[in-house]
Amino acid sequence: MAASATPVGAKDNREKLLERAMSRYQYSGDALIEVLHTAQELFGFLSRPLLKTIAQKLKLPHSRVLGVATFYHFFSLKPKGEHTFVVCIGTACYVAGALGLIEGLERRCAKAGQTTPDGKVSVETARCIGSCGLAPAVIYDGNVLARVTPVLLDTELNKIAVP
Amino acid sequence: MNTEELKEKQTEELARQRALKDRILCCTAAGCISCGAEGVRQALLAQAKAQGREGTVEICGTGCMGMCGRGPLVLRSSDQQLYGGVTVEDGRVLVSENVIDRQSLLPRGIDLQGPFFSRQRKIVLANSGRVDPEKLADYIAAGGYQSLAKALEEMTPRDVVEEIKKSGLRGRGGAGYPSGLKWELVAKQTTPTKYIVCNADEGDPGAFMDRSVLEGDPHRVLEGMAIAGYAVGAQQGYIYVRGEYGLAIQRLQTAIKQAEREHLLGARILEQGFQFRIDLRIGAGAFVCGEETALIASIEGKRGQPRQRPPYPPASGLWGAPTLINNVETFANIPPIIERGGDWFAGIGTAGSKGTKVFALAGKIANTGLIEVPMGTTLREILFDIGGGIPNRRFKAAQTGGPSGGCIPEQFLDLPVDYESLAQIGSIMGSGGLIVMDETSCMVDVARFFMEFCMDESCGKCIPCRAGTVQMQDILQRITTGDASEDDLEMLKTLSELLRETSLCGLGQTAPNPVVSTLKYFPQEYEAHIREKRCPAGHCHITSKTQEVLA
Repeated sequence: MAASATPVGAKDNREKLLERAMSRYQYSGDALIEVLHTAQELFGFLSRPLLKTIAQKLKLPHSRVLGVATFYHFFSLKPKGEHTFVVCIGTACYVAGALGLIEGLERRCAKAGQTTPDGKVSVETARCIGSCGLAPAVIYDGNVLARVTPVLLDTELNKIAVP
Repeated sequence: MNTEELKEKQTEELARQRALKDRILCCTAAGCISCGAEGVRQALLAQAKAQGREGTVEICGTGCMGMCGRGPLVLRSSDQQLYGGVTVEDGRVLVSENVIDRQSLLPRGIDLQGPFFSRQRKIVLANSGRVDPEKLADYIAAGGYQSLAKALEEMTPRDVVEEIKKSGLRGRGGAGYPSGLKWELVAKQTTPTKYIVCNADEGDPGAFMDRSVLEGDPHRVLEGMAIAGYAVGAQQGYIYVRGEYGLAIQRLQTAIKQAEREHLLGARILEQGFQFRIDLRIGAGAFVCGEETALIASIEGKRGQPRQRPPYPPASGLWGAPTLINNVETFANIPPIIERGGDWFAGIGTAGSKGTKVFALAGKIANTGLIEVPMGTTLREILFDIGGGIPNRRFKAAQTGGPSGGCIPEQFLDLPVDYESLAQIGSIMGSGGLIVMDETSCMVDVARFFMEFCMDESCGKCIPCRAGTVQMQDILQRITTGDASEDDLEMLKTLSELLRETSLCGLGQTAPNPVVSTLKYFPQEYEAHIREKRCPAGHCHITSKTQEVLA
């Protein structure tokens, strides 16, 4: 799903789906992390108004919801790019040259953890995705690429017309 | 279903499988899928249809077959021949009855009698690569859920705890606490509500054992948890699984649904009085959540920050109730122990460490992948016989235990690997990640890498860990760029001591381990960086200004 910056106010069924998820957990504060997972899946990222709505519905202090959302790496408070490259920097990938891959992506796209100004590509890093046998590995839009080289990344970037 | 129906189902499924001309097993674990296994499976299915063999040849997706570096892997059951690097184009000859057709595949054949397979002993991974993780019938055919039936019908909860104690099984998450004792502690509590938690938050970089078990044999973990629930008197279990493990989550969800439908989980299990539900909790990317009290906080929907122990979770855990937390591999060991008895299990391994251990081999090694060996196997056997050695270069060190572990140098290659021996030389068993390094890996940089990891992952609750890891990372960074002095080395040692003694939880207490062990076994590398401003491995970019002065 393409991540868009739709605010909570927009009427579409995503809101309804989120509501359904919360009611499945009986609006329990214990289910905060599950609810945040669902919200991020639906909206692509967790906007401030979205977090506020969740806090109200689950009857939790806004600070607690923001605290949890920022504590965990998985949750993103900023919209993601159209395409995402997640470079694994677990030990096996690190030893196999993951840093070179990050350098390449940073040169052509954005710094790790950021998105290009045109919203096309997000560059991220992960602490071991458990594909150590395929090191160095990169997750490109949800698919694991095995034994990645800087050349291969360049080819992929060319395909989506990154300058 | 009840026990009788379970056994009937097994006989029926085995008969069906025997009647087939061939079962072609296609590894669909995460590793092989990322090299295109799904396409291969589709091609095999299409070929079976095209060659009119769909009634007699079954194409099965399975869990991890072990040799992840050679994927996608396909095993033909009829002639027990394993092939690596299979492509979509190979589909036709793999399905074909004609042996001659497969001659072109011979160079890619993998010898199942070779040391990689013959030197292993599979208990936890017995079903991985043999059963379809998405089919309950496959697991039942392999004897699945019969240990649960045996426990419920022939044993009291107390007997089960005794059997686990007798087996000598120790926690496979890293610390190695005797599982039987832990179970007994929870069983003794008199509160009506208790919980079972399966720790599947496998966060160590370089470890993918739990992932493979969950992806390859999810029912076994469910069965192990249900047996634990029966033994300690819990009716609810949670599996806390990493959010990054999408395939494992999906297969667990499928497995739970299938088991509930057949009354193997949920109310009235096997038509007996026992009830046990399992729910998934998806982690959100915090390494510290592998620590049990942080994991509990996370299940409760809070930030994953650890708390002071005691009380330990067996006394007061999830929502204040007694909670049994074990690792995936520990639970996966339970069904075979119940099936074959504690004495059988205790007969494998060494005096203090029983059974087998699953290791994930990665780094500079020929056969990257997943292996299982009896405790006490030497590192040399693991790395050189099973792992196939280091391609083209010399072995320098093996790293175990991730950011909490240490580096094992060459002189300890003949050490039998178990909990005690690894602790003795300053490393830990850890969860089973084994990363091999050759002479091009710089040990200072490895220490820096792990310290950076701990710095990022520190939850920020206690100061020694929060501030200490930042300081240590800073010093290590300066050593690798050639900007450090001898005083820094002293400070590094002081800080190591401080973190170990005063941090709140395991993350901070063990964070200095990689530094301490590399300082102990590779002091010359630190000295070379500091005094001579050079990196013996040729890995670090020494950019220091001091270097120019020296020159």
